[in-house]
Amino acid sequence: MKRVALSGNYAVAYAVKMADVDFVAAYPITPQTPIVEKISEFIANGELEAEYVNVESEHSAISACVGASLTGARVFTATSSQGLAYMHEVLFMASSLRTPIVMANVNRALSHPLNIWNDHSDAMPERDCGWIQFWVESAQEAFDTTIQAFKIAEEVLLPVMVNLDGFILSHVYEAVELPDEELVRDYIPSKPLINRVSPKLSYTIGVVGPPEYYFEMKYQVLEAIERSRNNINNVNKEFSKIFGRKYGNINNYMMEDAKYALITMGAVTGTAKFVVNELRKKGEKVGLISIRCFRPFPMDEVIKLLEDVKGVGVLDRALTPGGPGHPLYTDICCALYNAKNKPIIQSFVGGLGGRDILVDDFIKMFEIVKEVSEEGRPKPCVYIGLRG
Amino acid sequence: MLEIRWHGRGGQGVVTAAEILAIAVINEGKYAQAFAAFGPERRGAPVLGFTRIDDNEISLRTQIYNPDIIVVLDSHICDMDGIEDGLKDNGIVVLNTTLKPEYYSEKFKNAKRIATVDATTIAIKEIGTPITNTAILGAVTKATNIVRLESIEKVIKERFRKEIAEKNIKAVREAFNQTIIFER
Repeated sequence: MKRVALSGNYAVAYAVKMADVDFVAAYPITPQTPIVEKISEFIANGELEAEYVNVESEHSAISACVGASLTGARVFTATSSQGLAYMHEVLFMASSLRTPIVMANVNRALSHPLNIWNDHSDAMPERDCGWIQFWVESAQEAFDTTIQAFKIAEEVLLPVMVNLDGFILSHVYEAVELPDEELVRDYIPSKPLINRVSPKLSYTIGVVGPPEYYFEMKYQVLEAIERSRNNINNVNKEFSKIFGRKYGNINNYMMEDAKYALITMGAVTGTAKFVVNELRKKGEKVGLISIRCFRPFPMDEVIKLLEDVKGVGVLDRALTPGGPGHPLYTDICCALYNAKNKPIIQSFVGGLGGRDILVDDFIKMFEIVKEVSEEGRPKPCVYIGLRG
Repeated sequence: MLEIRWHGRGGQGVVTAAEILAIAVINEGKYAQAFAAFGPERRGAPVLGFTRIDDNEISLRTQIYNPDIIVVLDSHICDMDGIEDGLKDNGIVVLNTTLKPEYYSEKFKNAKRIATVDATTIAIKEIGTPITNTAILGAVTKATNIVRLESIEKVIKERFRKEIAEKNIKAVREAFNQTIIFER
């Protein structure tokens, strides 16, 4: 084990190197990140033996990954914002073709107006594409989750997206514990998956799915992602035994006796944690839930954790214009609808297009959650930090 | 927790300075974060860098608004409006300037300590270019007790080619020796 200073981007690149990937395809221009720069450096230096294909667009990057994955190779790519949007149609093919691709998505806003800063509006439109989606809070978690992602993807034959927040995580240098490479390679051994496009197999890929078959083929993806819950739990357990760090589908903080809670995703959870600590010092019974595995969504865990909570605030960092609520809020409401004991649920949106979510903003969110819980009904969505 | 804000211009190595300090501190076994003002960078434009240092794991993910320490790498912007903004009471200021620290005691009203060094002249003499990020780290080390000089030098050795590292280490030491400190 080695304790080093790495950015979130480099933490992912090191995980990809240690996972011994066979194939990387990426489009190197904006909004790409140093993740693929570092990986290409590893390959050029001979530290990682892999094929690196510099393609002409993100659409081609993910298409090349699908093709490579079908040959049984271990495949990785990385993208961000518009790049992920440009991959959109192929993301559905990747899951339906059951290709265990691992992709890091550095979360950034979508245009217009042009903005390269952090929010979650790139990944939210892709929540229905049949990919397993993880969201991480630190460079360490980005490293660990990328390692886990290869294991999960190859066990359940589904692609996995590891989301890490742009700039506030991707470009921050911080302490990361890098395990020995052999330990990682023992944990995810490079076992050749079946080459599904081998001429030795009489196997057809990418067929037309007429009404007689389409439904069943899509249902297979649904079943696979439901089944993946078990695999994810086991991978988390095994990981903590080997590497010592514990992760769940949700990371909860100070929830044991919490009366009021916030639900967050990604790196701003860290700032919220800071605020929970401050409020706890003043005797406030507050807690925090961060959704680490967004797809498949941890319904049961959320219901159980909120059983004795009076009020919960849900912080979205993306919009669903004209919808019944913003994406995370809608999922939480849906999860809790049939729960026996449910808290008052308050919706918040903050930090769009890289606007900093400050310590005071989280204090205010906890105050509002407390206030609406006492009143017994939530306010309409509160837009944190929006100028009037 | 200590929070540091670095000011300079694109190309002077502001972000590299913030990173070298963070890496040195992490290598000493503590925790640190280093980052640029989030967004694109352009050569010549004013640039901000940030470093957070703590004995415990750091969870904050915001930019730094109330620094304990302000460091200025470019001698032309020490007088710039707003560069003193948000400095905590009893803060520390480290400036690249040929002037004496007392000259800045009015501008940085709530600083308890102001340190100055002519980092540009040192950088030109030792490295051959006016890139002041390593020299200023010598001054930061002298003006604060957040890191050991050897730790800074070790990171520079790992980060740069041998001959370039040696020149930069000379600049760090020279700046460390030449830094003048004014205590209020």
